[in-house]
Amino acid sequence: MLAIVIALALVLVDLRYNSLNYSRALIDTVMTPVYWLADIPGNLGEWTDTHITSRSDLQEENARLRRENLIMQGRSQQMASLQADNARLRALLNSTALLRDDVLVAELIGVSPDPVRHQLVLDKGATDGVFEGQPLIDADGLMGQVVEVSALTSRVLLITDATHSIPVQVNRNGVRAIAEGTGSLVNLEVHHVAATTDIRAGDLLVSSGLGGRFPVGYPVAVVTSVDRNPGQAFARITARPSAALDRSRHVLLVFTGDAVDQED
Amino acid sequence: MAQDELHGYWVIVLSFTLAYVLAMLPLPGWLLEARPEWLALVLIYWTIALPHRVGILTALVLGIGMDVLEGAVLGQNALALVVVALLSLLLYQRLRVFSLSQQVIVVFVLVGIHQLFCQWVQNLEGAGATSFAFLLPALTSALLWPVALHVLRGVRRRYRVN
Repeated sequence: MLAIVIALALVLVDLRYNSLNYSRALIDTVMTPVYWLADIPGNLGEWTDTHITSRSDLQEENARLRRENLIMQGRSQQMASLQADNARLRALLNSTALLRDDVLVAELIGVSPDPVRHQLVLDKGATDGVFEGQPLIDADGLMGQVVEVSALTSRVLLITDATHSIPVQVNRNGVRAIAEGTGSLVNLEVHHVAATTDIRAGDLLVSSGLGGRFPVGYPVAVVTSVDRNPGQAFARITARPSAALDRSRHVLLVFTGDAVDQED
Repeated sequence: MAQDELHGYWVIVLSFTLAYVLAMLPLPGWLLEARPEWLALVLIYWTIALPHRVGILTALVLGIGMDVLEGAVLGQNALALVVVALLSLLLYQRLRVFSLSQQVIVVFVLVGIHQLFCQWVQNLEGAGATSFAFLLPALTSALLWPVALHVLRGVRRRYRVN
């Protein structure tokens, strides 16, 4: 009976206040070996993938990477001049220059066993400078934000979690909106956009940086459908996240100039 | 005497650690909904086999550990596991003489209650399930009970934990 009371009290305290975060981080640190153990099969799979590959596969991959590299290099040739251009124009507009963000490569060591929660566990924690609220990206777009930090691991809430929302803007014309997670890995919903707003399927939504949590300009999702019902005040807009939320194993933690200052 | 009381303690701890790892193991998406509640299964076994050693307090500690691993509200799994431990402590004398098929049904009900409690807390948080799929783990756990029983009983007899 006492145990039930304790458990109930824990539930209430954790729901109402944030005072348990420290003890939670402590227990998480103690439990870290469980993540490592549970990650062994995944690691084995990766090991066999990298070590037991046929020669022709490797050659093929090498050729593909060379091609990609060539294309990337070609694209980045004009980068320097464009950046200088951009800085000059922003100076003309009296707005602050965009800072380049530092990143930290992290590896996924766990996913939430509960299908309702879209959370990941990363192998970088407080000792690597990870902080709560830090944004996470992969090669294709924004993935989520850090919600819990223990000494050696950290927990990330994905943008598709039903409790997560992110401020975005349409890349084409700068229309602002809020993209909310739906609990499905392939869908975001954009709420409260007036039916007359210029937004259509195929539009890229990038983070707007409003709210100060996410850095500006990272791709978040691509609009898949816009349903304008004359009877409704708002359009029903769904979007597909750009990041490979269920496939990325190596991800990037972003240190924006601003956030680091806040930490100090 | 102290030696005697602690006898085989590591077997119990090891089995719970294994349950944690199995509970955290990444699974393909279609299996995710039906992941058996390993921790509840192992806990039910030990409360039936050694009610004087594994009980409510164990359930509470295990549950808090699971909450942290799962990133759930602190106390969600603790509450559910404590209720499961309480019920199986009340039932252990009957459960021991039940046939395997009767045990499977009881395990189904127990894990179902576990899932129900988890759902209640998740609803408080605003992230509850929308379908009855959350009862699937009860079914898979019940179906896996004969295996768990066999393995854990084998281990217990092998290392004479009592």
